[in-house]
Amino acid sequence: MKILVCISHVPDTTSKINFVENNTKFDTTGVQFIIGPYDDYALARAIEIKEATPGTTVTVINVGTAETEPTIRKALAIGADDAIRVNAEPTDSIFVAAQIAERAKGYDLILMGRESIDYNSGVVHAMVGELLGLPSVSPVMKLEIEGTTVKMTREIEGGKEKVEAKLPLVAGCQEPIAEWKIPNMRGIMSARTKPLKVVEATAFSPLAALQKFELPPAKGAVKMISADNVAELVTRLKTEAKVL
Amino acid sequence: MSTLVFIETSERKIRKSSLEAVCYAQAMGKPVTAIVLGPAESTEIQLLGKYGAQKVLHASDAKLEKGISQVYASVLAQAMKDENADVLVLANSSLGTPVGAKVAVKAGASFASNVVDLPTTANGFVIRTSIYTGKAFAHVELKNQKKVIVIRKNAAELKEVGGTAQVVNYSPTLSDYDFNTTILSSEKATGDILLPEAEIVVSGGRGLKGPEHWGLLEELAKTLHAATGCSKPVSDMGWRPHHEHVGQTGVKVAPQLYIAIGISGAIQHLAGVNSSKCIVVINKDADAPFFKAADYGIVGDAFDIIPKLTSALKAAK
Ligand SMILES: Cc1cc2nc3c(=O)[nH]c(=O)nc-3n(C[C@H](O)[C@H](O)[C@H](O)COP(=O)(O)OP(=O)(O)OC[C@H]3O[C@@H](n4cnc5c(N)ncnc54)[C@H](O)[C@@H]3O)c2cc1C
Ligand SMILES: Nc1ncnc2c1ncn2[C@@H]1O[C@H](COP(=O)(O)O)[C@@H](O)[C@H]1O
Repeated sequence: MKILVCISHVPDTTSKINFVENNTKFDTTGVQFIIGPYDDYALARAIEIKEATPGTTVTVINVGTAETEPTIRKALAIGADDAIRVNAEPTDSIFVAAQIAERAKGYDLILMGRESIDYNSGVVHAMVGELLGLPSVSPVMKLEIEGTTVKMTREIEGGKEKVEAKLPLVAGCQEPIAEWKIPNMRGIMSARTKPLKVVEATAFSPLAALQKFELPPAKGAVKMISADNVAELVTRLKTEAKVL
Repeated sequence: MSTLVFIETSERKIRKSSLEAVCYAQAMGKPVTAIVLGPAESTEIQLLGKYGAQKVLHASDAKLEKGISQVYASVLAQAMKDENADVLVLANSSLGTPVGAKVAVKAGASFASNVVDLPTTANGFVIRTSIYTGKAFAHVELKNQKKVIVIRKNAAELKEVGGTAQVVNYSPTLSDYDFNTTILSSEKATGDILLPEAEIVVSGGRGLKGPEHWGLLEELAKTLHAATGCSKPVSDMGWRPHHEHVGQTGVKVAPQLYIAIGISGAIQHLAGVNSSKCIVVINKDADAPFFKAADYGIVGDAFDIIPKLTSALKAAK
């Protein structure tokens, strides 16, 4: 079986977000980049399937500029066999989906995160599915393959749903689909020599254009209320905050 | 040209988030057509006119009862053509978001999700979307004539305009190919207020010590007609179901009031609550980081404060 895992290269979840160049560019100063936390679940599930099913290969793909290579190498250290980097700025979801779809033909299973944590769109899997004419399911908390049938549990508002579809298929993953994997020394050593192919993006006329970024207004100071006067909180919520 | 709005139903009732989507479309100024898929109560369909739809397409085919995103996307793409609609508006949900994404691909439309308010049109068609899990916004110009917009809670004010809609039966062509996913079963908490739609959320963290103490929190939530949420460790340990986990890797909420009890306020938790209008934090540690993100705070023991708060609320009714 051939598995493709799509990974985004995103700021660590503890990052402070700032912008430069008149609020048109993300400020990378002091920011550590990671594999998207959801994408990490997708990768972990792919490695589990590979370990359980002889003959399985796992390829990772990222749409990004050369800066993303350390993140791609980390995925190789975790256990992917090879990698593809589509050399382009991932400007918008349709663009990213089109680039992935172009390279995803011939794979049996295409795994992604439920959403990237920079744009949080949660749509690239649906778009890739649509472009390739394949079923797409997200957010998937459990995924088992039985022959050519894939049995999945998907989270919905207030509960979950059991879903079934045939391979080939696209899935957006979230916990507890698998345990995150941490690269070991051997993995890190071997990742250096695993193939990482860089390909150029295919032509695509953009349908959306970023004008600027904006930070939310700063929060006012917290108003502390004494533990002996809980009734005052109720009054304040009614008359001051007007939320009750 | 008109604006098409996808109406999501749950137990044959219209989701509040979809009524917000109708209001959003109405505020954009063009005639609004709403589309309902699968069986729905007629009194519910009438509601759509009140919120601003001129026309309702109702595809009542029982095959559409279960929300399969591929099928819904095909129907919506057909309806956009039939209605000569250039914009499709959907509310963000586990169904609405993938459906919108697929329609955008089919229609070659510009696409935006996590849209937080109405577009501005002075300098191109520009929408504002929430990015970096609520830590920032992006202003994005949607360049194509055709657009698919997935909105977040509170993107438009929910208000009745008091109209009546013309209801039309709609029979789209359904292709077997689209039924490529089978929904075998679903488990859903019924009757409860859905966390992503709730106006008040009461959330508990590790400070509540164990699942046996959730009764206290539920009682408070019931008094407030609130949904209950929790921090990630609480769902990881199985004290609460995963769909109640709030934060960067869980549900993002946007209520009027968020009450956090025994939650330290890690940045990943805050990412899921920063769109709340008012935040109340109850924590026994005066240095808990959550206080910095709060509007009101009480330093105290949860087991002392929760019952006091519940009875103060009951007394104030
Ligand atoms: C990639 C990543 C993603 C993550 N995503 C999320 C996410 O989506 N959501 C999330 O919540 N977390 C997330 N986390 C985890 C997050 O970093 C914190 O570990 C977590 O939010 C802490 O949960 P907590 O506040 O319940 O527990 P703790 O940090 O242990 O805090 C418990 C709090 O309770 C207080 N307390 C104790 N006893 C009492 C009492 N009797 N009365 C009142 N207060 C009391 C304590 O003072 C303390 O502040 C993520 C972490 C990572 C690395
Ligand atoms: N630039 C990218 N390169 C590769 N995969 C990506 C990229 N951006 C997003 N993805 C994948 O698509 C999923 C959903 O992303 P999004 O729709 O942006 O929230 C992510 O979890 C990744 O698996």
